[in-house]
Amino acid sequence: MRNLAVFLVRHYFILFFLLLEILSIYFLVQRNYFQHTSAVSAANWFTGSIYQARTDFTEYLDLKEQNKSLADKLALELSMKNTSYFMYNTAGVLHSDTTYKQRYEYLAAEVIDNTVTRRNNYIILNRGSKQGVVVDQGVVCAEGVVGIVREVSDNFCVVMSLLHSDSKISASLKKDGSFGTLVWDGNDYRTATLKDLPVTPIRKGDSLVSSGLGDAFPSGVPVGVINSFQINAENKTYIVEVKLATDYRKLRHAFIVKNLLRDEINDLKKKAGVDNGQ
Amino acid sequence: MVNDIIKHIMRFILLVAAQGLILKNVEPGPFINPFLYVLFLMQLPFETPPWLVLIISFILGFFIDMFYGTMGMHMAACTFIGFARPRILKLMSPRDGYEFGSQPTIQDMGRPWFLTYAIIIILIHHFLLFYLEMFSFNYFFSTFFRVIVSSATTLVLVVVTQFLFYRTRQTT
Repeated sequence: MRNLAVFLVRHYFILFFLLLEILSIYFLVQRNYFQHTSAVSAANWFTGSIYQARTDFTEYLDLKEQNKSLADKLALELSMKNTSYFMYNTAGVLHSDTTYKQRYEYLAAEVIDNTVTRRNNYIILNRGSKQGVVVDQGVVCAEGVVGIVREVSDNFCVVMSLLHSDSKISASLKKDGSFGTLVWDGNDYRTATLKDLPVTPIRKGDSLVSSGLGDAFPSGVPVGVINSFQINAENKTYIVEVKLATDYRKLRHAFIVKNLLRDEINDLKKKAGVDNGQ
Repeated sequence: MVNDIIKHIMRFILLVAAQGLILKNVEPGPFINPFLYVLFLMQLPFETPPWLVLIISFILGFFIDMFYGTMGMHMAACTFIGFARPRILKLMSPRDGYEFGSQPTIQDMGRPWFLTYAIIIILIHHFLLFYLEMFSFNYFFSTFFRVIVSSATTLVLVVVTQFLFYRTRQTT
């Protein structure tokens, strides 16, 4: 026993070293096991809080950068929102058929500006020459006729609303096809006047549609219904007060009507020397 | 004496923090892992009792292991340094022993002595460390290459740190 004590005292250093070294190797070999013990999670808590402190500190160093990157991200997000999108490529649906050649193509557009209370009202749509919009094309909406394109820029167009002193749209009675000219007297955005309608049996509530005369609108697009009518004594025609199908105040989406045969018609008119003032 | 202890504690904290927070994230090259923190073990005074050096080595390894998530690896390497250091110092002692009050630093002991001392300790430490990391002698030569390259980097860092400390001490 005394010998053992002497041995321990004499070799305490190497024994102590071996103890610590074996302990270290034990930790090393068992590290997978120890990772789940409280000793190591305490270590993780220790270094984790130090790393957190470092992050808290270094965060301040690049706050400016962070702000900029966040602002950039926000700008990116905002610009990717639907509201900031401008639908650039909305090719209309072309229907191919050997018997029927498609004459009208519709281009969906959004109303970005609209007035109804002025004497001459205009609508601005988010479609322009890059999407194939040209002057004098018609504009319709789900309910009915809207107007005629008057000015075109690259990506926008100005539509002369039906609520305009220069607006003259050919409208016909749905039931017999007799037609007149629809104008707006500037009073109420819900009603317009149909002039020069031949005297035929009509009633209140009869439907009016676009006649298809002229190349702006296809025939059959709703215009409105007859509200009241009276006879113009001068030329024996009706003057009809029309309740418009389109609610201009609620207009949000519209379709620009492309007349695919427009050039052919215009060439023909030119050849025949016809100028109907359009 | 108390001042010296505080100085060493500060050095301990600084070196552990530098190793765990800075050098751990610096990757100068594929095989280079400098471990500057062994400088602390080199710089302990000559008179430090061997058992204390052993305990300090063990604790230093423990803290480094916590940062590296390699429980036991640095502890084992450091403990061996703590064990070997008194022997190395005995081997390298001048003919009439170390001057009282001198420190194992480049300015007290001169460049040849310090460089030899540093190279021996760094090589032993890194050798143990990288082979413990592999835990086998497979890929012996690639591991050996890592030992040599990392040791050289550590040595450069150690010498640079020495000169930095030397200069600040001169001015203050």
